[in-house]
Amino acid sequence: MLTVSEPHYRQPLLKTPFHERARAASQLDSFVPWSGYTTVDVFTSVEQEYFAIRNASSLYDLTPMVKYRIAGADALRFLNRLVTRDLSKTGPGRVAYAVWCNDEGHLIDDGTVFCMAHDEYRVCTAERQLDWFTASAIGFDVEIREVTEEIAALAVQGPTSCRVLRAVGLAGVERLKPFEHAAFTMPRAPSGPAQIALLVSRTGFTGDLGYELWMQPGDAEGVWDALMAVGSTRALRPIGSRALNIARIEAGFLLPNLDFVSAAHTLHPGTERSPLELGLAWLVDFNKGHFTGRRSLLAEQRRGPRRQLVGLDVEGNKPAHNALLYSERSGRKEAGSVTSAAWSPTCKRNLALAMLDAPYIALGSTVWAEIYLSRELVWQRRMVRARVVERPFYAPQRRRATPPADF
Amino acid sequence: MSSAPRARYDSIVVGGGHNGLICAAYLARGGRSVLVLEAAERVGGAAVTREFAPGFRVSACAHLLHLMPRALMRDLGLESQGLKLAADGLPTVALSPDGGHLVFGAGNVGGLTEHSSADAAAYAEWRALLRRLSGALHPLLAAAPPRLGSDAWRDRASLLGLGWRLRRLGRRDLRELLRIGGMCVHDLLEDRFGLALLKGALAFDAVLGTNYGPRSPGTVLALLYRAAASQGVEALAQPQGGLGALSEALARAATAAGAQIRTAAPVARILVREDRAAGVQLASGEEICATSVVSSADPKATFLKLLGSEHLDAGFVRRVAQVRSRGLTAKLHLALERLPQFPGVAADSLRGRLLVAPSADYIERAYNHAKYEEFSSAPMLEVSIPTLADPGLAPAGKHVMSVIVQYAPYALAGGWEALRQAFTDVVIDTLSRYAPGLRGCIGASELLTPPDIEREFHITGGHWHHAELALDQFFMLRPVPGAAQYQAPVPGLFLCGAGCHPGGGVMGLAGRNAARQVMREAA
Repeated sequence: MLTVSEPHYRQPLLKTPFHERARAASQLDSFVPWSGYTTVDVFTSVEQEYFAIRNASSLYDLTPMVKYRIAGADALRFLNRLVTRDLSKTGPGRVAYAVWCNDEGHLIDDGTVFCMAHDEYRVCTAERQLDWFTASAIGFDVEIREVTEEIAALAVQGPTSCRVLRAVGLAGVERLKPFEHAAFTMPRAPSGPAQIALLVSRTGFTGDLGYELWMQPGDAEGVWDALMAVGSTRALRPIGSRALNIARIEAGFLLPNLDFVSAAHTLHPGTERSPLELGLAWLVDFNKGHFTGRRSLLAEQRRGPRRQLVGLDVEGNKPAHNALLYSERSGRKEAGSVTSAAWSPTCKRNLALAMLDAPYIALGSTVWAEIYLSRELVWQRRMVRARVVERPFYAPQRRRATPPADF
Repeated sequence: MSSAPRARYDSIVVGGGHNGLICAAYLARGGRSVLVLEAAERVGGAAVTREFAPGFRVSACAHLLHLMPRALMRDLGLESQGLKLAADGLPTVALSPDGGHLVFGAGNVGGLTEHSSADAAAYAEWRALLRRLSGALHPLLAAAPPRLGSDAWRDRASLLGLGWRLRRLGRRDLRELLRIGGMCVHDLLEDRFGLALLKGALAFDAVLGTNYGPRSPGTVLALLYRAAASQGVEALAQPQGGLGALSEALARAATAAGAQIRTAAPVARILVREDRAAGVQLASGEEICATSVVSSADPKATFLKLLGSEHLDAGFVRRVAQVRSRGLTAKLHLALERLPQFPGVAADSLRGRLLVAPSADYIERAYNHAKYEEFSSAPMLEVSIPTLADPGLAPAGKHVMSVIVQYAPYALAGGWEALRQAFTDVVIDTLSRYAPGLRGCIGASELLTPPDIEREFHITGGHWHHAELALDQFFMLRPVPGAAQYQAPVPGLFLCGAGCHPGGGVMGLAGRNAARQVMREAA
């Protein structure tokens, strides 16, 4: 448990239980705030860290993910009324990605729902949700408690991640299928009979083979040390948020405040986004019974989309950061804008996620991206072709293989 | 769906209070098959006449009729359904501790000129202003409020109509309406009048049945509301046989129009099939199907208990849960062995409404206690002795006194069970200052606190208006946005009770407006 000895205003950002280890491993001292914690943006170089995700294994501190414990007789009913997908098939030992909306069907946040028992769930979210969860709990027999600071979390992602976890003593972890979780124990490093209890889920934000480890904060450094010790010969590398961002764009995952702004925070009308607009229609189950926003989303579905988030393959190799998109090269008619962009070292393609107006969202349709590039501070404007392509851009077979390949 | 049973009724009305009955009557007149389900043994909801001591009967909550439009009563043919008024055009008497009472009759105030000719002139001017304003505001009460941000012509026409009527008020009256609309009644009265007793009587009507004192912002609203409802001419009437007789006449009017009424049939649940209200389940387990369900129960009971939040969006449920609905008004019934003397009150005035509110500050002091869940030792009171006009309510030669008491906190510190007698004594002691022999006349008494009203009449919080009558719960915000046009978010479910626009007070417009909306949506 993190103790704050000084008044909070003297220490505006909290340190995660991995902070001392991260600081020791950081060569650039590049830290950024994330949900009230200070976390690493880059340890050494973005490229090295990115290639650890795709070609070896990466270690990423995701303790700042906001976590809630939802328990009680109505836990499932509460969650099914909260989120847009049907969680009734997500039994104990399963994890589901889900989003939730306000009454108008606008997205508030996304997260992962862990079913711990038939009457107990853990929900991991990007932003704090206690107010909305509490409002959603009116009329349901549930207890909602934020447990963010009680659980430290570490993502181990990459093709060798399963091997690393087995090497550290997590026997049987190879049997975990995607979106499963289970309790494990590992020997307390360096030696001794005591065991560290872990919850391991086969989940992640990289679109690759990978796991997330959930533990008591007091065990955090022990787990980190054990992983780094066995990982030294397996190119395991701690990574920061910048490298992860490239991997998540390749995987086509959305990031709040980049690809959409939560309807809980938007100020300008029309800037909210619905799951249908964000290409998350597969997460909306109109047949499961009522959920918040259902009637609005049905009306939106009947009306047809006004705009949609799509994947773009952009000509050239300059990432189309924040680019405006046009229907024609002349740039006279806007068609939308880019929300996330990256050059993908693995796909060797210039990728972007973009919000496009309805006429342009069909697969294969072409728009023009206005990219500004600096050649040693001499700025140039390029109009380049961008084609609507399928997401995810990168989806290796190994992310689903059970058991994963041995290394 | 082949499994869905055929609807047995076009509409089921949940609750047989006056609004439910009026709604049913209009639906039946519109050719709908209608079933009214009432939990109690008799229709009427809170508008019933009940025996509270052997041989003594009294109107349980409201005891006089003053807000229900006469046009509505005529339209429903209540007279031919047996409704008689034992008294009409009753006066209001503002009791003064020194015996210099004011008698408010139709258009004039007896005794006011003797006290202050300036106040008499100011009062006439105030009544004239209210009459002019009510002309612009009355149509607001008689129709569903417009939806904001809607493109429908009906909503636009409604807003335009409101704008036009306000424009026609002219610059002076419109400015005055805007100035006083959100004001506290205390400041308004200070502007216009001098006599404390007059200000007390006017402040009384502004805070009656609310959770406010005269210095609470927005209290002028209630005065404008009363004026708008009665179109500027308040006519106090007493139905023969109490308010229950009104409900029975309404029930007969509904039945005559073709509606069916079942009493002792409490609804346990509103049934939803395929995201549409499909009928109700009674407490007995019996299920009755209908194309639409119209609830006259309060918004919290309708949405949170009968329907259940799982059928509603979370934001809407939060708004419903936040509706202020705790009552602050109690009712004391006294069975009198003989008529007590009120020195200085003429026999004819005694039949009317007697107010104990000698000044606005008196009311405000009483209210101070209520803010901290206590009751004052000097409450404000509205007294009616219905047996003067309707002797049949008590054994021969005996009388009934019906007292509305404010303020009686819902969650009284110390608990109502422990303080019930102390509260009763406070009311009797307060009244004894104006009727010194009262205590000796009392044979029996009954106190209905807000929790009693909640329990007995199934009104969440025991508030007479179901939802506090305040600017933030008024018009297109009543009871909450998303249900302010009588239509609930669940298709096929409607509201028709006092929690809807334009509110309670035995007015009946909510029931009639709702019926029109039900027929419009189904058309």
